[in-house]
Order: sequence, then C-alpha cells, then structure tokens
Amino acid sequence: MRGRTALGAWLRLIVGCAAIAGAPIAGRPSAAAQITAAPNGAAPIVLEDAAHHTLRLDHPPQRVVTLLPSITETVCALGEGARLVGTDRYSNWPAMVQKLPKAGGLDDADIELIVSLQPDVVILAHAARITERLRELGVVTFDVETRTYEDIARSVTAIGAVLGVPNQAIKLNRDIERSVNDAAVGARLALSGRTPSVYYEVDRGPYAAGPQSFIGEMLARLGTRNIVTAELGPFPKLNPEYVVRHDPDVIFISATDAPELKRRPGWDQLRAVREHRVCAFDRDTTDTIVRPGPRVAEGFAAIAACLGHVAP
Amino acid sequence: MNPDAVAVPEAVQPAPDPGVSRFALWLAAGAVLTLVLTALSLLIGTSSLRTSIEWLRSPDAQANTVLWQIRLPRATGAWLAGALLGLGGAIAQGLFRNPLAEPYLLGSSAGAGLGVSLTLIAADTSLSGLAWGAEIGITGAAFLGACGGIGLTVLLSRGAMQTASLLLAGIVVGFLLSAVQSLLLLSSPDTWRAMQAFLLGSTGYLNWHSSGLLGAAFLVCMLPTVLLARGLTALTLGEETAQSLGLSIAFLRLSLLAILSLATASTVGQVGAIGFVGLVAPHLVRETRPVNQRQLLIAAPLCGGILLQTADLISRWVVRPAELPVGVVTSCLGGSYLVFLLWRRARRV
Repeated sequence: MRGRTALGAWLRLIVGCAAIAGAPIAGRPSAAAQITAAPNGAAPIVLEDAAHHTLRLDHPPQRVVTLLPSITETVCALGEGARLVGTDRYSNWPAMVQKLPKAGGLDDADIELIVSLQPDVVILAHAARITERLRELGVVTFDVETRTYEDIARSVTAIGAVLGVPNQAIKLNRDIERSVNDAAVGARLALSGRTPSVYYEVDRGPYAAGPQSFIGEMLARLGTRNIVTAELGPFPKLNPEYVVRHDPDVIFISATDAPELKRRPGWDQLRAVREHRVCAFDRDTTDTIVRPGPRVAEGFAAIAACLGHVAP
Repeated sequence: MNPDAVAVPEAVQPAPDPGVSRFALWLAAGAVLTLVLTALSLLIGTSSLRTSIEWLRSPDAQANTVLWQIRLPRATGAWLAGALLGLGGAIAQGLFRNPLAEPYLLGSSAGAGLGVSLTLIAADTSLSGLAWGAEIGITGAAFLGACGGIGLTVLLSRGAMQTASLLLAGIVVGFLLSAVQSLLLLSSPDTWRAMQAFLLGSTGYLNWHSSGLLGAAFLVCMLPTVLLARGLTALTLGEETAQSLGLSIAFLRLSLLAILSLATASTVGQVGAIGFVGLVAPHLVRETRPVNQRQLLIAAPLCGGILLQTADLISRWVVRPAELPVGVVTSCLGGSYLVFLLWRRARRV
C-alpha cells in the first residue's frame, strides 16, 4: 500500500517536471514520444503510454520484455532484438526470439518469470490485470495499442522512443509505408480497376474479418469489397448461409480449413469454390496478415499476390 | 431419488387406455410443433421473411441452395441431434437413477474435445497431419474421441457393472481428458478459437450427409431402446428388483450403455458439445405429463428435438445475419428452465 502511494507521488512529480519542461503529455504515445525522446538516447526518457501511465527512464532500457508478437517484431525490426530478455509465448519471429524465456500470454502472463528477468521495461498491449500487478511489483511497464493500421506507425514511434532509437523508428515507418504502398499499387494494377468481393475467414465458426478489423482495413486498401458489413463488428460469427448468399469472388482461409470448404452445405455452389478462387494461407503467412506489426507489408504482399492470381 | 419415476406406474395403471391415448395426443402435438418449427426454419435466416416467402414461391438457383441444401438439412439435423441428446438424457437418468444425469457423463464430450484438438493441432503443425485431418474431418475426430472417452470410462469402471463406479469413472475421465486438452491448447494457442467453436456447439454446417448419419444413428438407437424400456423401468427401481424379475442385468446395462454411447458420440461428432438439451428434455416431459419409462424414452427424444430446433432458430434469428453459438442458447434456455423448476419447487414447499 505504501509503495503504491509513493509511486503515485513519484508519478505526479514526473508529470509536473514534464509539464515544466514544456512537454505536453498527449493522449497518444506518439505525440509525447516525438517531443520528449532524446535522439541520442543519453538523456532521460519521459513518455506517456496508451494507458496514460508516465514512463520515466534515466537510460535507454537494456533489458526488455515484450508481451505481444507485434511488439516483439517491432523491437527486432528496429534492430534492437539483442535487448530482449523475454517474450510472450506467441512471439515466434524472428527466429532469435524463439530461444528466449516465454512468459505466458497477455491474459495469463507468468508474473514471477517476468520479475525474475529483471527487465528495465515491459512493453505490452493494454491488459489491465497484468499491468496493475507488474506495477505493484515495481516493474516498469509501457502500454502500446496495436489494433488498427494507424496503430502500427504509432506503436513503432512509441517503441522507438522507449528504446531511445527514434531515428530508427522514423526509418522503419518509412520502410513499412513504402512496402505497403508498393503492395497496394501492385494489387490495384493486377486487379486493373476490378473490385472483387472477398470473404476472409479468420476461423471455422465461421468467424469473418469485418471491415473494422485490421485485416478488413488491409482488404479495403487493396481495392476489394468485403462481403461483411461494418455493423456486424470486427470479427462476427456469421450464419454460414450469409456467405452462400453473397457468393464472394475470392475466399481467404487458413490452409487447415481450406479442404473442408466444399463439404460445407451449399458452399460447393460458391463461384469461388467452383472456380478455385480460394487463397489458403499457411500459419506463417497468416501471422504476417493478422499481426499489426512491422511485417504488415509481407501480409499485404501475400494477399495482393494471391488476389492478382485468382481474382476474376 | 426420482419421485416422478416411481409415482408414474400408479398413475398410469388404473386407467391405461385414456393414458395411452392422451400420450398419443401429446406425441401428435410434439410432431405438429416439429413441423411448425421446420417450416419456420425455412423462413428464418440471413434473408428477410418476405424474401424467404418469395423464394418458396419462385425459387432461383441460389434460393434452391439456401432453402434445400442449407436450411432444411440444418433443421432436420438439429432435430435429430436434439432427439439423440434427449434419448441419451432419458437413458442416463434411468441408468444412473439420478435426475441430474446427462448424456455426457460417460466422458464422451471430453473425449470428443480431445479428439478435435488433436486433429486441429496435427493439421496445423505438419502436412501429413493436414492430410489426415482432411481425411477424417472434425466430425470424424469428434466421433472417434467420444468413443475413446466412453471406452476409457467403461475400462476404468471394470466393465461398468456398478453404477457408482461407472459414474465416478466417467467424471474422472471427463476431468482428465479436458485437462489434457487444455494442455494441448496451451502449446498450440492458434487452435483456441476453432476449439471454442466446437465446444460451444454449432448447427451451422449440418448438411444432408450429416443429417443422414444422425438419422441412421437415431433409428439404430431408438428401436432397441423401446424394446429395452421395461428393463430400464425395472433398473430404476433397483438392481435387485430387476434381477428378481428375471432380467439379465449385465445384458441390459451393456446394451443401454452402447445405445447411450452411440447417441452421444454421433451427436457430438456432428454438432459439437451442446449442453443442457439431454439434461432438460426428460424433465420437460415429466413436467408436462406423467409418463412411464417407455413413454419417457419416446417422448424425451421428441422434446429434445424440439428444444434444439428452437435453440437453433433463436441462434440465427437474434443477431442475424450473424449468429450465436447454439450451445450458448441451449444453456440459456435450459438453465432458466432449471431455475424455474427450482423456484416452483421452493414455493411448493
């Protein structure tokens, strides 16, 4: 209890200092990051994260734990993978992180392991229970939000600021944007003005990727029409009949579920199934598509390549 | 244990004829309700009512697919799956002499869950696993897993000759297999959502093929059950009574267990682990009218079929064109019904 009050006082102090220093603490990590992060990484780092916690580090952190694959991938894409001392169990790229200690997932993080790794900072997506518990134990946390396409650039900037490498973050963002644009332009060229209707199945259920989801954003950017409407939510469980009635031009599905498609009632009548316009992605490719992280361009390219190949 | 079951023969025996004809009336009402629900199933889906009616009047190619390849087999399959669960529940409650017994008590749903997660993980991790998974499918894996779970229970209870040890073995196997399944899922988190879809049950992919399988299982289960009904009545009165009536307890138990296994394994295979239907259907029958064991074994399937058809309709109506997992709907319906029963019983006392 006492520790918590002390922490609160400490936080207020920092917020005060930051305000005096003329650094407005914005709601978004990127805003704060751009203003207060020191380019050379020597000066103290003061940032506000997505959960409105203030982070203050005297030196760029050398021991980092990440609890989400897209965050892990961002740290490595910034060229700072060597600072990682642990990740969540889902992080599997790049290969070097597979050997690191695995501290559970966001919903069931291994608190003891994380504490024993003595991280300078734990970077995670907003998960109230874990953040609270870690902060109680005196572990420094930094929340980033990685849900939408825009979040990618924001979290790259924020993570770059935390690690004290803002210039690398700027470069990475530029690279991501260029590759994504290349893929989008390539896809639109391949489609040459057509806007095929698409159905992206996240999981048998069937759960679809709606326009509000990250995958839905990618599909729209590539010039396709999603058969799922926005009001159904990001990942609705559809009545399978819905897909049959909308008869999409192209179906995206995992390689595991693809063989089963034509066995579903009425689905053998779908044009996409009859004319083999089905994009089946293996697990690794799916990772690049579903994770709003630095490999987003690879996901874009995979979708674009298949679209160019199979779209009517 | 089960006051209704004991009270029944007295209520029926004095005047068998009106009882039988009233029971026939009850069955007819159930059949009519089934037909009404089936008709509604043709009308309700992702299209508006008006569109559905137009489709029925002048169908085009897509309407034909939706009406006769999706909605009708789905309604038929849901009824059959519910009927098998209702039958399983009636048998289980008689066999275990416990009104809270349900068809999954022998470890079938846990076994099926394990089978499905093994298949999903195999398909996810290797090409040969993918080929294997495509070969037997989720339904095959669930069926085999359910059989495995029940087999393990029977093995553990040393031949299933004692009710208590069978019940205990079933519970232990259920917990153990679920634990193994959870461990497997932890090591392969990507299959979590697919697994969830299976555990909550789904009637969405029922086609004529699966309805045919369910129908065959229903016939194979139903015919011997009616013949064994007298024996089950005797069993519910106690094993000594049954023995004194000259029945072979071993034969009776094993046949009923085999029927129960086939009913649950085939249902779990086609629609996943849908809860509450098997538990509630026999109670619902006993609440609406006094029945003897044979009548219960006929009425509970009808009731289960109606229940699952209703749940299926609700699941695709409430949030259309999306849908709720049908198992969630059955749990809500069944749970509230049990609460109602409790509340009424408390008031009576």
